[in-house]
Amino acid sequence: MSPTVRVKTLTIDGQAVGAREDQTIMQVARENNIFVPALCAIEGLTPVGACRLCIVEVKGVNKLLPACATRIEEGMEVTTNSERVANYRRTILEMLFSEGNHICSVCVSNGHCELQTLAKKLGMTHVRVPYRSTMRRVDASHERFIADPNRCILCTRCVRVCDEIEGAHTWDVMGRGINSRIITDLSQPWGDSDSCTSCGKCVNVCPTGALFEKGKAVSEMSKRQEFLPYLTLMREGKK
Amino acid sequence: MTQKIVIDPITRIEGHAKITIEMDDQGFVRDAHFHITQFRGFEKLVEGRPFHEMPSLMARICGICPVSHLVASARACDMILAVHVPETAINLRRILNLAQLIQSHALSFFYLSSPDLLLGMDADVAKRNIFGVIQSNPQLARDGIRLRQFGQQVIEWLAGKRIHPAWVVPGGVSAPLSAENREKILAAIPEALATIQRTLDWYKGVLDNFREEARLFGNMPTMFMGLVSPDGELEHLRGKLRIVDAVGNIVADGLEPEHYQDYLGEAAESWTYLKSPYYKPMGYPNGMYRVGPLARLNIINRCGTPYADQEWAEFRQLERGAVLSSFHYHYSRLIEILYGIERIEQILNHPDILSKKVRAFAGPNKLEGIGMSEAPRGTLMHHYKIDENGLVQWVNLIIATGHNNLAMNRSVLQVAKHYVKGEKIQEGMLNRVEAVIRTYDPCLSCSTHAAGQMPLNIELINSGGEVIDQVIRG
Repeated sequence: MSPTVRVKTLTIDGQAVGAREDQTIMQVARENNIFVPALCAIEGLTPVGACRLCIVEVKGVNKLLPACATRIEEGMEVTTNSERVANYRRTILEMLFSEGNHICSVCVSNGHCELQTLAKKLGMTHVRVPYRSTMRRVDASHERFIADPNRCILCTRCVRVCDEIEGAHTWDVMGRGINSRIITDLSQPWGDSDSCTSCGKCVNVCPTGALFEKGKAVSEMSKRQEFLPYLTLMREGKK
Repeated sequence: MTQKIVIDPITRIEGHAKITIEMDDQGFVRDAHFHITQFRGFEKLVEGRPFHEMPSLMARICGICPVSHLVASARACDMILAVHVPETAINLRRILNLAQLIQSHALSFFYLSSPDLLLGMDADVAKRNIFGVIQSNPQLARDGIRLRQFGQQVIEWLAGKRIHPAWVVPGGVSAPLSAENREKILAAIPEALATIQRTLDWYKGVLDNFREEARLFGNMPTMFMGLVSPDGELEHLRGKLRIVDAVGNIVADGLEPEHYQDYLGEAAESWTYLKSPYYKPMGYPNGMYRVGPLARLNIINRCGTPYADQEWAEFRQLERGAVLSSFHYHYSRLIEILYGIERIEQILNHPDILSKKVRAFAGPNKLEGIGMSEAPRGTLMHHYKIDENGLVQWVNLIIATGHNNLAMNRSVLQVAKHYVKGEKIQEGMLNRVEAVIRTYDPCLSCSTHAAGQMPLNIELINSGGEVIDQVIRG
């Protein structure tokens, strides 16, 4: 720790904790074994606050704040598990399920999916909003991987890992609002991409079955994400 | 006065259907139809999916025989991979398929049909169900439950779960059999064997009470079709198609599953969602054939396991040529359960059964795949076309119940003509009309997998024979 960094103290769910001033609520909570759900945040990549599942209550602030993208403040009183937060999180999950075509039972990631795990953990039993049931074409043009936009939740982990870690920036987001989607290069088939190095990092950080390895049958795709913090650490060490 | 009798829904079958019986002025049956009124759409909804997902997607067609679809679909995908599937994987799939056959046959015989067989066709409808069986013959009910449990348990030991396991994959299976689970299955076999032998003895004892039903339940000359091994033995997973005629002569043998479109046609009728396949060289509807346990026992030279072979020899004594009455589907189901249990034991004693090499890996090397297997209810065909990236472009399925469609209709008419007469309709008459359908153990959820709108013509006819209203779609 450099001598210029200060320590701040705050409470999370009534527990008094201390942390470096440049840390986020999510980092501090997780260091203290306090569960905060997230689908877009992942250790080793810049937080973007896209999925809003990590929203928490902070005393004195009317709106809910994303724990992944909110720095701690001295004297903050954070609540991660109020009824209000739980309701919002469930609604967000329901909207994610209704927006795409998430059919767990026949998905390659069944049993290894972060979206599925969270839905179970947060007690999502029904989807109260109508399903959109849109037709989205699967891109299987890549030699080793498949992109299935039906299962994409637009967390942009693939975009960030490709840009920040691999340095290829093959992935990006196109369109706005409900029409947003993930594309490779200038919306070309993945297999035609000049920039893709086929490293597979995007596949491993993807929280659902949207990006997976070719040849995997149902329930066979499990992701390996341990590599990411190490890669980040090693790069920082070389600076 | 013209009268129309509608039995809707038919009970104790898998799925939704109805039967209509048309009567003439004198109160005799003029015509009868077996209508399948449900509709699925699987062939359409899998378009665009990676073909490696197909076995599990297709298994969702049915909760009773998901394994049959898993296996047939994986066989079609094997052909797309164009690889040599390890022999151990084939044998493991074979055990899974037989376990499925045992549990499904047990469901059909004990849960769905034994109330008719034990309590009689004319028994009080409130008692003519599995609970009535439990009351009047608890041993029989218990045997049925235990046999079904055996089949389901073997599926779980092999594939991880009883319903919709994802263990069968293109190129083989996803995990080898453990020594522990092999022992568990072997240990369960003696009880299962004793149970089915007890049931066979009981059934052969009561068979005489149903002489009339055996004479009238779909007792008609048709051809029979199914897969046989190269030696002409029972084969539920690989093999080639054999067709025999009503006398028992082989009409065609060694038919390659891949060329099914050359010799099988599919006709569509206006009054049902289920297509009617027929043997092309004989034309429609003369090319009518039956599939399933009765057909399989009619086409083979022998079963291939000691006890089943004995029972089979006795069974074939029922008639000189092929056994023609659909009532004997029940009997043949019991013999197949016996065969399945014996065969599972044989395969488990194969020296390579615990081999760790159970999967071949490859990408799509062919753009088309056809898989055929014997499901509990008969020959099951999955046919896929993919693009060069491995995405499914086109699917055609022919399901066992579909093959039997023509025969089921003919059987309904035969039974209705004999039993349904006059103005006063009795419950026992109508139950026989339903019971003939039950002999086929149709699975309507499976057979109406197809997509697209079929032409439908509904006519309302008055007693004078004039069409007073008509709705045409198509």
